[in-house]
Amino acid sequence: MIEVKGISKRFGTTQVLTDINAVFQKGKVNQIIGKSGSGKSVLAKCIVGLHVPEEGQVLYEGHSFHDMDRDEKKMIRQEIGMLFQGSALFDSITVMQNVLFPLQMFGTMSKSEMEDRAHSCLKRVNILDKDRLFPAELSGGMQKRVGIARAIAMNPKYLFCDEPNSGLDPQTSILIDDLIKEITEEFNTTTIVITHDMNSVMETGENIIFIHQGRKWWEGSKDDLLNSENKELNEFIFAGGLMRQVKKAMTGRS
Amino acid sequence: MGIIEHIGRYFLLLKDTFSRPEKASIYWRRTVEEMDLLGLKSLGIVALLSFFMGAVITIQTKTNIDSPLIQAWVVGFATRQSTILEFSPTIIALILAGKVGSNIAAEIGSMRVKEQIDALDIMGVNSAGYLILPKIVASMFINPFLVMVSMFLSIFGGYVAGTASGIIGSSDYLQGIQTNFIPYHITYALIKTVVFAFIIATVSAYQGYYTKGGTREVGISSTQAVVYSNVVILIVNYALTQFLLI
Ligand SMILES: Nc1ncnc2c1ncn2[C@@H]1O[C@H](COP(=O)(O)OP(=O)(O)OP(=O)(O)O)[C@@H](O)[C@H]1O
Ligand SMILES: [Mg+2]
Repeated sequence: MIEVKGISKRFGTTQVLTDINAVFQKGKVNQIIGKSGSGKSVLAKCIVGLHVPEEGQVLYEGHSFHDMDRDEKKMIRQEIGMLFQGSALFDSITVMQNVLFPLQMFGTMSKSEMEDRAHSCLKRVNILDKDRLFPAELSGGMQKRVGIARAIAMNPKYLFCDEPNSGLDPQTSILIDDLIKEITEEFNTTTIVITHDMNSVMETGENIIFIHQGRKWWEGSKDDLLNSENKELNEFIFAGGLMRQVKKAMTGRS
Repeated sequence: MGIIEHIGRYFLLLKDTFSRPEKASIYWRRTVEEMDLLGLKSLGIVALLSFFMGAVITIQTKTNIDSPLIQAWVVGFATRQSTILEFSPTIIALILAGKVGSNIAAEIGSMRVKEQIDALDIMGVNSAGYLILPKIVASMFINPFLVMVSMFLSIFGGYVAGTASGIIGSSDYLQGIQTNFIPYHITYALIKTVVFAFIIATVSAYQGYYTKGGTREVGISSTQAVVYSNVVILIVNYALTQFLLI
């Protein structure tokens, strides 16, 4: 479980996050939704410690990340898997080597066990045939999938996915949603998914946080989502006609 | 940021760089790769440059001291001395700052802007150590070899230019390069080389590691890496010469 308490983050004079409080449950797919530029990625980076917030703290199983010493932080980080919005694959090594990287760095497995593990991760994201290519030779969606394979390689306790299905076709997108859900339930992972894909919100969202202009604007489950009276939230989710039809079909109201 | 802050941050980065590696075997493999990338791949330019540098030193020395009072072997002697003491260690360091330094800053800088360094940090890898330490070790190990090759080829270049143009006889040149040879001068040159290698690798890595922004900033970091490495090399060269030779 991860708790976020009163986090505020500025860059220079621009206030990006203001007093965010949230709890991310273990064994659940927690989602952060919100418009482009609302501060979702910055929030995720504050949680994992890549940005240091000016105020507030992040608790991993009740322990403040900020107060940990260097080695404790390292231990936590070895339990974190993160998919970056831009994938952030190491571009001087192949797809296979990218997935092997955390295993070689921290794993205690033998060489062939590591290779098996990397293979099975690549297989789960359906990209096994590309293992010898370099990241630059992949499409954006393929890079995303390799990023996921690398993030899950170590069986992380905490899984962060920044827009895992942007750039993916609907079919692959569902495959990735299902995979994230499966892993979360199978390993009791604390999973945080950032998305603006309403399809995957309806598919996997269990605990949803809506960020608007750097503040937590709304929080609830996907069932609450359709019945919410929150104006900005409704503007966000019903921006596309499809969701209006979904709501109509499900609630009989428009 | 002021100069003092940069210097402070540079030393903090060095501290991170030299903290305990996660897995020695992986660091070692990276170091060997870097030796190839930073060292052996520079051999061609170093060889070419050194040969012509020696040729020019010989011809210029001859035209400048052309006097019946000065013995013929002095040209060979002067070529050897300037090559060993200054041209090979310092000029080659400046050239390597241009070639290797810009390469280091651009590589690390683009890893920074593409969030690859964040990805390393998130895994719990000491990104500074993983990326920079192998480059420092590789440069400090391989640059002395490059400089020794440079010394040899520069003196050889002088020989070829001198004898081919007929300005100095083969035996005079060979006598000159053996006259008054002080082995300590080689040691001095290699100490300088190792220090310069450290400067090139760390100053350039610093520029790359703290790149902010996008591709344009990577370009700026890369240029600054060369400029600052050169400035620091020139200052340290002066200090070391004073300290080691006098
Ligand atoms: N390193 C940074 N320095 C300065 N400002 C930043 C930095 N990172 C993000 N910002 C600013 O913070 C705000 C929120 O950015 P963030 O990346 O969190 O948006 P987001 O919600 O993830 O959007 P998207 O859905 O487009 O990815 C933006 O206004 C952005 O300009
Ligand atoms: Mg984002």
